[in-house]
Amino acid sequence: MATKGIVKGIVSNLVTVEVDGPVSQNEICYISVGGVKLMSEVIKVIGKNAFVQVFESTRGMRVGDEAEFQGHMLEVTLGPGMLSRNYDGLQNDLDKMEGVFLKRGDYTFALDNDKKWDFKPLAKAGDTVSAGDWLGEVDENFQPHKIMVPFTFEGTYTVKSVAAAGQYTIHDTMAVLTDENGTDVNVTMIQKWPVKKAITCYKEKPRPFKLLETGVRTIDTVNPIVEGGTGFIPGPFGTGKTVLQHAISKQAEADIVIIAACGERANEVVEVFTEFPELVDPHTGRKLMERTIIIANTSNMPVAAREASVYTAMTIAEYYRSMGLKVLLMADSTSRWAQALREMSNRLEELPGPDAFPMDLSAIVANFYARAGFVHLKNGATGSVTFIGTVSPAGGNLKEPVTENTKKVARCFYALEQERADRKRYPAVNPIESYSKYIEYPEFQEYIAKHISPEWIEKVNEIKTRMLRGKEISEQINILGDDGVPVEYHVTFWKSELIDFVILQQDAFDAIDAVTPLQRQEFMLDRVVNVCRSEFKFDSFLEVMDYFKKMINIFKQMNYSEYESDQFKKFNTELDELLKERIEN
Amino acid sequence: MATKAFQKIYTKITQITKATCSLKATGVGYDELASVDGKLAQVVKIIGDEVTLQVFSGTEGIRTNAEVVFMGKAPSLKVGDQLAGRFFNAYGEPIDGGPIPEGREVEIGGPSVNPVRRKQPSELIATGIAGIDLNNTLVTGQKIPFFADPDQPFNQVMAMVALRAKSDKIILGGMGMTNDDYLFFKNTFSNAGALDRIVSFINTTEDPSVERILIPDMALSAAEYFAVEKNEKVLVLLTDMTNYADALAIVSNRMDQIPSKDSMPGSLYSDLAKIYEKAVQFPAGGSITIIAVTTLSGGDITHAVPDNTGYITEGQLYLRRDSDVGKVIVDPFRSLSRLKQLVTGKKTREDHPQVMNAAVRLYADAANAKTKLENGFDLTDYDNRTLSFAKDYSSKLLAIDVNLDTTEMLDVAWGLFAKYFSPEEVNIKQGLVDKYWKIES
Repeated sequence: MATKGIVKGIVSNLVTVEVDGPVSQNEICYISVGGVKLMSEVIKVIGKNAFVQVFESTRGMRVGDEAEFQGHMLEVTLGPGMLSRNYDGLQNDLDKMEGVFLKRGDYTFALDNDKKWDFKPLAKAGDTVSAGDWLGEVDENFQPHKIMVPFTFEGTYTVKSVAAAGQYTIHDTMAVLTDENGTDVNVTMIQKWPVKKAITCYKEKPRPFKLLETGVRTIDTVNPIVEGGTGFIPGPFGTGKTVLQHAISKQAEADIVIIAACGERANEVVEVFTEFPELVDPHTGRKLMERTIIIANTSNMPVAAREASVYTAMTIAEYYRSMGLKVLLMADSTSRWAQALREMSNRLEELPGPDAFPMDLSAIVANFYARAGFVHLKNGATGSVTFIGTVSPAGGNLKEPVTENTKKVARCFYALEQERADRKRYPAVNPIESYSKYIEYPEFQEYIAKHISPEWIEKVNEIKTRMLRGKEISEQINILGDDGVPVEYHVTFWKSELIDFVILQQDAFDAIDAVTPLQRQEFMLDRVVNVCRSEFKFDSFLEVMDYFKKMINIFKQMNYSEYESDQFKKFNTELDELLKERIEN
Repeated sequence: MATKAFQKIYTKITQITKATCSLKATGVGYDELASVDGKLAQVVKIIGDEVTLQVFSGTEGIRTNAEVVFMGKAPSLKVGDQLAGRFFNAYGEPIDGGPIPEGREVEIGGPSVNPVRRKQPSELIATGIAGIDLNNTLVTGQKIPFFADPDQPFNQVMAMVALRAKSDKIILGGMGMTNDDYLFFKNTFSNAGALDRIVSFINTTEDPSVERILIPDMALSAAEYFAVEKNEKVLVLLTDMTNYADALAIVSNRMDQIPSKDSMPGSLYSDLAKIYEKAVQFPAGGSITIIAVTTLSGGDITHAVPDNTGYITEGQLYLRRDSDVGKVIVDPFRSLSRLKQLVTGKKTREDHPQVMNAAVRLYADAANAKTKLENGFDLTDYDNRTLSFAKDYSSKLLAIDVNLDTTEMLDVAWGLFAKYFSPEEVNIKQGLVDKYWKIES
């Protein structure tokens, strides 16, 4: 019999429930308040008292209200039909809710009960299978959505039968499996999985090495992220975190993009809702929304569900990875998630760690990032979950617990800088502080040498060094004055400005400049590195500035022109002429 | 507070702190209102049969045998057309001597809008101030604060913006406002003949500070009425949100909560977000736009209040006195409107985004030149030109006394570019230069 309970205490959304039977940590229960059932999760148990966090407002809740425990943790429903949907943090379909305002206790089913899917069997009777193995597939927005042996199935099974090719709903039996004891079990298109547990139905998780193209130059060229890699973007407000995140989610070469809007502005999610159905995926030519899932738990939605939302998103990402797909998961912002943890920890009167965050924050962050990765599935296919989180450091100070704990686990660091943002040098990713650890991986270097060019890594390292040198010189010029340093210093400085303006800076609002395909990035990097390696002849620093400004202007006009168009070629020729004026032979 | 018949009256208070009192009671709902000797209070904690109440006007003079009556409802406001033109206190009671307005009673701090039912904001709010319209264009459904030191004229600018913006209703929420500022708003609005479209909820420095917590929710409940039911464009002015946050800190401190940064409650982000996220564009045409004020201490934006606010709002506006031109300007470096790209170049002329960026970039070059000058270095010809440009730009566009339409602002900017620079130096897309560059004759 299910455990029941009675409300004994209420402080904001932390409720004490006296239970009449066994409960488990993280078990879900529903508390009835005036006829409405509110979903809650057990977060602490002392004796007969279970402390639950309610995923909704507790307004009007009374001592004596009844709770029913469900015997399972917070779960998501996995099956075809998740793409293009807008969920809240608990995987309720927001579009199915009625009215303009969210109603407390309004829970909606995540999938479509009636839609018929075109099924193709992949397994056959007699096959031996285990959790995560593919039994068949349906077409979901042009992606082969695999119907798998449910992840909760332990041990091996023999396939007794698989449904014939045809049209089925998610609730139809797609296969019958026989377990080791000879018992038959039916498998449908859907399965459930507790969000706080990682899905590990793969053979191995090697180091990731394949470049994940984003079309953002400061990422792809300078600090690349890889399929199955992890990265984070910390930055004070107003430095362009969201614009950068949206650019990545629009342009990245991924099969599936999941956006977890975790405790951020609702209008930013609305932007995605509004624009993605119109925008075209630069890699497939189809609408972006077709490959996108949005998990929206905006800042005004209940705090406890905010914490759940990142797990919901990650679980869905892992599900698609098990089908051999490239999944990109973006979470904006992981700081809000950490704050949700802090609010609950505070109400539980736990001893606080740094900045009043819970003591186990670093473990929680590390476990979460560890769920990303590139995997070899048991059938030899590969899949990946690439995770990029943003961090909103309090006061823009990177020495705060969320940033520091994230830095320990994420392999790419894109530091957004106030000073660059103030000078409108967008994306405001600091070229010197930021890094990608993947660039040091021999597997990655080998991949790049084969797929782009053997000199690529060398050139990338060269522009990084030049940026650093440019910064040093600009500091010296500030101290010594323009004529206090040799003219060659000015040349070196302006070469670094050239790299900054042409490669690092990118106009996310210009249709052409916003996306730079890899081939174009290679061309521009070549062009810029060649200029940097050339010797120029100048008599005074004034000439240096004028000359480089002219050059930067031509380069920028190239960035704004269609690649290899007549206009582009015209500017390219103009550039050749300008270079001839000053290059020493 | 009239008590209804058969309501249970409790008379045994077990604990009193500066902002809260506790008593034994049963059948009480969370968030419910109560009256303690006629003072309004709200349930903030229930442990078994012990109920803790937050007394809005403070617990001074409360006796241990005070009469406590629970009202069975959360704080609420009677909404209706009769709100227009009226002044209320934090409880929604008239303070202008007029009658109590009739209307439908709604609980304040109500539910959030389903994000999929929002519409993307796309309507420009013109203020005539180029520091706002040109560089930090505002859009209906946006939420944006002024980050200002207490001595800056933010209330004046806000009143000017409110009157110039074409909104159907203006809702003023005053928290810890001085009586002088309250009278300033009242006079400005009535002199402009705008009183009939204004609703005010005012808590002055003379009123108890904890009452301030109710003001934003009151103002926004009124705003939701006009925006949802009347499809009106509503502009909500909240001044000053730092006072609101201070009141939250007092309450959380009295309740023995562990403070996080700057003694603020750990839930500050969510508390502020609940207010600001009420800004919305509804598909039916109504909208709520929030312009707030967050006062800073010594310009420090890393303090928890402005910091959390900055992460919630869609940009922020800074005022600064430019000593070179002797005027108050909207600072182009730190100010930002995050929604501007929804309208710039779309609802305004195509060259707007690039002109705006180029002008700010040149203004930044002028700031560098100024540093050089201050450090005693020689200036180049380019440096001198940027300095002259900066002066003109500051007085003709950034100053808060400017009143132009957006196209005029763009023309002024092109004029300044041509006066001081060559096209390469301005660095704008060639197509736009060809079309708009003004050769000075």
